[in-house]
Parts: sequence; structure tokens; C-alpha cells
Amino acid sequence: MRKSLAVLQLHRRELLKIGVAVGGGLVLDVALPAPLRAAGRVITDAPLLFAPNAFIRIDPTGAVTLVMPMVEMGQGTYTALAMILAEELEVGLDQVRLEHAPPNDALYANAILHIQTTGLSSSIRAFWTPLRKAGAVARTLLIAAAAKKWGINPGACRARQGVVTHPDGSHHLTYGELVSAAASLPVPPVDSVALKQPADFELVGKPTRRLDSQDKVNGRAQFGIDARPPGVKIAAISITPVFGGKVKSVNEAAALAVNGVHQVVRIDNAVAVVAEHMWAAKKGLMAAAVEWNEGANAALSSADIARQLETESRHPGAVARNEGDAQKALAGAARRLDAVYQLPFLAHATMEPMNCTVHVRKDGCDIWVGTQAPTLTQALVAEVTGLPKDTVKVHNHFLGGGFGRRLEVDGSVLAARIAQHVEGPVKVVWSREEDIQHDMYRPSYYDRVSAGLDAQGRPVAWTHRVAGSSVMARYVPPLFRNGLDPDAVEGAAEPPYDFPNIHVDYVRVEPPGIPTAFWRGVGPVKNIFIVETFLDELAAAAKQDPVAYRRSLLGRNPRALGVLNLAAQKSGWGQPLPERCGRGVAVQSAFGSFLAAVAEVEVPRSGVVKVKRLVCAVDCGVVINPDTIAAQVEGGSLFGLTAALYGAITLRDGRVEQSNFHDYRPMRMNETPRIETHLVNSAEAPGGFGEAPTAIVTPAVVNAIFAVTGKRIRSLPIDTSLSG
Amino acid sequence: MAFTIKVNGTAHSVDVDADTPLLWVLRDVLGMSGTKFGCGMALCGACTVHVGGAPLRSCVTPISSVGNSAVTTIEAIHNTAQGKALQQAWLDLDVVQCGYCQSGQIMSAAALLAANPKPNDADIDAAMSGNVCRCGTYQRIRAAIHRAAGG
Repeated sequence: MRKSLAVLQLHRRELLKIGVAVGGGLVLDVALPAPLRAAGRVITDAPLLFAPNAFIRIDPTGAVTLVMPMVEMGQGTYTALAMILAEELEVGLDQVRLEHAPPNDALYANAILHIQTTGLSSSIRAFWTPLRKAGAVARTLLIAAAAKKWGINPGACRARQGVVTHPDGSHHLTYGELVSAAASLPVPPVDSVALKQPADFELVGKPTRRLDSQDKVNGRAQFGIDARPPGVKIAAISITPVFGGKVKSVNEAAALAVNGVHQVVRIDNAVAVVAEHMWAAKKGLMAAAVEWNEGANAALSSADIARQLETESRHPGAVARNEGDAQKALAGAARRLDAVYQLPFLAHATMEPMNCTVHVRKDGCDIWVGTQAPTLTQALVAEVTGLPKDTVKVHNHFLGGGFGRRLEVDGSVLAARIAQHVEGPVKVVWSREEDIQHDMYRPSYYDRVSAGLDAQGRPVAWTHRVAGSSVMARYVPPLFRNGLDPDAVEGAAEPPYDFPNIHVDYVRVEPPGIPTAFWRGVGPVKNIFIVETFLDELAAAAKQDPVAYRRSLLGRNPRALGVLNLAAQKSGWGQPLPERCGRGVAVQSAFGSFLAAVAEVEVPRSGVVKVKRLVCAVDCGVVINPDTIAAQVEGGSLFGLTAALYGAITLRDGRVEQSNFHDYRPMRMNETPRIETHLVNSAEAPGGFGEAPTAIVTPAVVNAIFAVTGKRIRSLPIDTSLSG
Repeated sequence: MAFTIKVNGTAHSVDVDADTPLLWVLRDVLGMSGTKFGCGMALCGACTVHVGGAPLRSCVTPISSVGNSAVTTIEAIHNTAQGKALQQAWLDLDVVQCGYCQSGQIMSAAALLAANPKPNDADIDAAMSGNVCRCGTYQRIRAAIHRAAGG
């Protein structure tokens, strides 16, 4: 047992800041140093903080600060993580304020990704147990401090709503009153403290209002793009339109002649115009009339990339799964089905365009940004500026959408390279066109799938070859082993069904010059589409109902069967629908959660698909906030549906052809189906969820289109001309 | 060029080119960050403000066109009955996710309710489909507008 390092003097300046923050709900710009624990000494007359770990601070006023190790980009993690901490700490959510964690892998690394990164639907899975223990440690110490004051056994004392109560009910001590005493106690090992029994949960599992709503409805929420350090200038940027190109010429004098323009910064692949405000910067950039040396990719087109994928996917790849003898079973099957699936590049198109504010000085650097990867931002900006890492401060913000785009730090690195040439802080803001044309894209894929059925229509063989870029190999190299990208095959290698002979492999195909990245739903978002639509083809070939066929193959997977049955029941599967309307079903096991969806679509003879209703059944284990699950079903499914109906980034002459929301089209309110969420009660470990609904929706819709039209869709976006 | 505009009841003098969009005057010159930049082409609605009571996309509204009309932004919409009711409905139904588009959503919804106090679904779709939400909060936005309208 180590001596508590939790006691430290609270400097007057910091106390003032906290004083301002208390009672203000979410105050997210107060950045006390992270390693509070390592600071300080006891000065008994000074105000003290109780900070038994990196997630919890309580001050003598009783104000509870919870430090959020993962970032809030809409998925509701700040509310869920706060609920977990508050549950075990025994405080009300109205008593807490939240703070963005500073970059610090040692304190805040996500145990699944081994880095302080928010992604792959891992936050709750990674932090459920650690945060419960962190809260329980703090609660145990506060109770022990009260018991010590009362001279009694702590076992009989109870804590609730930030107050410890004497066993006979006669005495109460607030957490604020216990700060000093609790901070002087030795911190027990995390595994020695008792966690609450699920039956005693008062927050976990209850529909709970988001903690970040207030500031997001009154305009006060601060996103990266809202950072305004004193003296900040605004930069508009133009990046080489052809991937790999370089700046050839810039008309600097013309740019500088524009009212409000201060400076033109030219780096190898981009030009930034720094000005008083964005409009002056944009006009300056127009006047600069940048010309480019286009380089090796100047002739690249989408057709080249499709051809490359088609060719390279003919060769065997790294084996992700091999059970039985799929080739032999395929050869001996009563019936064989083969299909090829093609998926396009996709942009993230977060509502908040890419941006980053940087102030580079000789002695360090400040970065104001909303990022999913604060430690990576710090490390790579340190590298590019040559500054020591501990002098690079990352001030994280709310993210105006992440979807994987803000896992990447290319924007912060580029902003830092520009800021190196600018006196004072500079905010670099991507136009929507630059944002879409210089994204890092969800890879394009080319998958080959085959199945063999026996005389009764049961699958006896299943083979699936995935071909596409490996994001993992670049982003998390240790997880890319023996040529296999575990993300690219997630949802393909372990379908929930009984396949006696299955072979799944992966061929890495890197497109020339096109940067690829994770995109909401990652591997499963395309694999579930392929597996579930192809399985639907098997059901049709076997002349069986799609739900009944799936049921017959889920005997060994009760959780998958459970969600399937629930979705079928709630959707009214099998009941009659109006003419030109149909239902489609899909089931998935991914991110540690089980989902089934039934989509109801109308396909008029005009061919314009209208998705009318989506019924989702969910078993994601222990649910922290049921309302967040429903919100993620609603939002995640629309994100997937947008891509299914409209999403494609295409290339011509080495350039991305799309540029803004008119040609990279998002779904809008008038296209939104009614979306229902039905939860299965479960005591299983919490599963990941932010991305799961994005994956399930497309196969359900595509299978429903088949139900209406008899036509199979094997490439996305959905070609509505095929639907009539 | 000097312009004087009235934003949320306060007059501000700014010195910018006549074609400068109101969005950048609000955000970069006046430092009011509640109004958001999304597309720059009136395609997403994130920058919606009221000018003389009408919902306008501030990213394509030149400062020279504002004249003496009162500009209202998300920072002051709670002073209107519709704005206040909408913000409360947004909280009651937990509409927001990332939150970036919600200033514009609320501004568009406030203009709708001012013109049509009891909109039906079709009215809401017609008024709101110019506002993009990549988090997909549309279902709750529609419900929150009904709630704010007392329906």
C-alpha cells in the first residue's frame, strides 16, 4: 500500500478558477495539471484537494471534478463515464463537473487500444471496470475518513449523494468536509475495494439526461474551431488537389494586397493565407492563384483503383479463419452461390470542418483542437516542431463530429507546420471543400464471397476474401500481424451462424497516393453488409424466410438469436405491408454487442428508395444509459444509411471529385425513417456501441429492397435505378 | 469599409469588405462563436441566424445586405418565447449529440415556430431539411419541435 499523494496545496489561482467553475455545470476549459498526485505537500491550513486517482478531484467546497479520459464527439461518453464514476463514488450527477483530460497515456490510456485514444467503440468496454474501481477507491477513503472522525468501524457507514452518514443516522459529513482527512489516508489497492452490486445501482441502467446538453443548445459549447486565444489570426488553406503534388507557384503580392491579409505561408504541399478573419483569408487565397506540380498521381482514377483491387483479390490472402475444409465442401455442395461486393471510398464529413489552432514559440507550443487522439497529437506536433514533448500543450475541446476523422492528426501537424512561420497563435480552418478533398478515406473494398448449400438449403461451406487498404497496419502496426488486418475482417471472420466449413482471408491492397483511415463502424460496417446480404441470398436460394433461415443457424448463439427474435416480433415480421413495400432483416455480432434490425422500405416504380421504419433490437450487455443506446441507434443508423444511399468519394485526374454537401450528400430530416430501439436486459459485460448501428442498417435496407424488387445490390451506394 | 450592425440588441461597428459574410463578422470579428461554419454555401444550415426575424444562412449573407435589420443569434434566442421553449424541449428530449449543428437547428426551428406555431411533420420537414446533422438527431429534433409547440 502506497502513501497517498493526493494531498496538495491548491494554489490560489487554481482555486479561483474552480470557484468560477463550481455550479456552472460543465466547465471544460479549466486545465489543472494532470499529475496532481505527483505534486504538493500538506500545508494543513491551506485548502486541500482529495484526488486519489487521475479521474476524481474533490475540493473542500464539495465540488467534484471528474476528468474524462475519452473525448465527447456526440456518442454520449461523457455522460456514461461520469455515470460510472458517480455511481461508485456515491455522488449525484448534479454534483459533478467534467473536465477534458490532458494528454497522458500513463494516466488515461484506453486499455483496449493502449493509448489515450477514443475510437473503435471501446470507451465503455475499456473504462467500465477501471472507473468503477476509481470511484470505489475514493468512496472507500471518504467513508474511512468519516469513520475515523467518529471513531467507529467504517463498514457500517453509508455514503450517498456526497454525504457519509453515521450508522445510527445521527451524524453526517459531506465529502467537502472530509477532503482533508481522506486525502491523508493511504490509498488502498484498486482491487481491494468493494464494488457496488448491480442491484444497488442508482445511476447505471437508468435513462439519464446528457451532461453536455445545456451548452450545446445555447451556443456556449466550445469546439476546437471556437478557440480564440488572444491575438489569434485566421488562416485559410489550399492543399495540393492531387495527392502527392507540390506547390509550383503562388502570387504572394496579390494575396497580400487583399484587405486584412497579413501573411502568406508556403510549405511543400500547401499554401496558407493568414488574415484578420476567415473571409479575408479566403479572398487572399483566391488572389494567390496557387499552381501545382501534380506529381505521379495526376492521372489516377477510381477505375484504376477498382482494377487494382479486382486483380490483387484473385490471389490468396492472410488467413483470418479456417475451419473444416471450405473448398472441398463447396465442391461437393448441392448448390453453389458466388458474389462480388464493391465498396467505395468514403469521407467523414464531420459537421465541424477540420481545424486546428497552434501557437509555436521557441520554448513550446499550444494546440487548441478537438481530437480523438490527444497524445498522438502531442507526439507528432513535437516531432514536426522539434520541441520537447512536455512543452507541447494540447487543449482538447468538444468534437463537432469525429467518426474516425479526428483519430488522425494530419490536420494538427499541418497547422503546426504553418504556425512555425507565424508570430502568435494561428487558427487554420479547412473549407468544406478542402475537408472533403483532403480527408483520409474509408478504404474502397473488393470482396469475393462464395457459399455451398446442401440439398435442404443449409450452408455447408462459406468463403470470404476481403481485399482493401489496411488502416490498422499504419495506425496500430503491432496489431497487423502476418499480413492480417483484424479490423478489416471483423464481422467477416466470426459470423454468428453455424458454418461447418468456413475460410476467410484478407488481401492488403494499398491504393496509390490515397490516404485511408478508420470510419465510423470500421471493418464491420462493410463486412456485416456483405455477410448479411449474402446470407439473405442463401435464404432465398433455400426458399426460406430470411428470419426463419437465420434462426435455424443461430442455435449456438443465444444472444444473436435473442435480438433476432425481438426485432422480428417488434417489427411485425411476416405481417402484410402495402404494395411496393417490404421488410429486410440483418443480425450482427460486433464490438462486443449484438444487434438485429428490421428495415421497412418502399420502392416506388420510380426507383427512389424510401426507408420508412427501422426496428433495432439490442443486446449490448450491461447498459449504462439506455437513452444513449437509443440515440446511437438513431444517429448511427442514419450515418450508415447516408453512406448506403449516397456515399462515394471518386477520383478523376488524381483529384477527389466531390466537394461539398451537394455532391457528398448527407441524409436530411425529410428522408429520416421512424427508428425504434428495443433493449434486451443483460448482465453480460458492456459491449461497444457507438458504431454498431452504423453497420446493421445497410444490409437490413438492402434485403428489404430485394423483398420488394427481387434485385440484389452488391455495390454501394445503392443504385436506385436498379430498384424499379 | 465600416458597417454598423445590430446583433442581439447591441450595435457593433466593423471594418470589413462589403462582401464579407455575416458569419465571419460574427465569429472572427465580434468573437461570437455560437453560430457555426459548416459548408460556406448555404447547404447545411449550421450558420443560421435571424435577420429581421427571417432565418438566413449567414455564410452567404454579405454584411452589406444586413443594413439596419436586427440580427439575432443562438446566444440570444432564449429571449424569444419560441427560442426558450425550443431550448427546453431540446433538453427534455436530449436531442444533441456532438452538438455542432444544433445552434443552426434551433435557429431554423425558432423561425418556423414564429411563423407557424403548430407545425405538422410535413411543415417541420419543409422548414428543417436544409439543416444537416451528421450525428442523425433528426427524429428527436422533429419531436422536440412538436414538444415546444405544445403538441
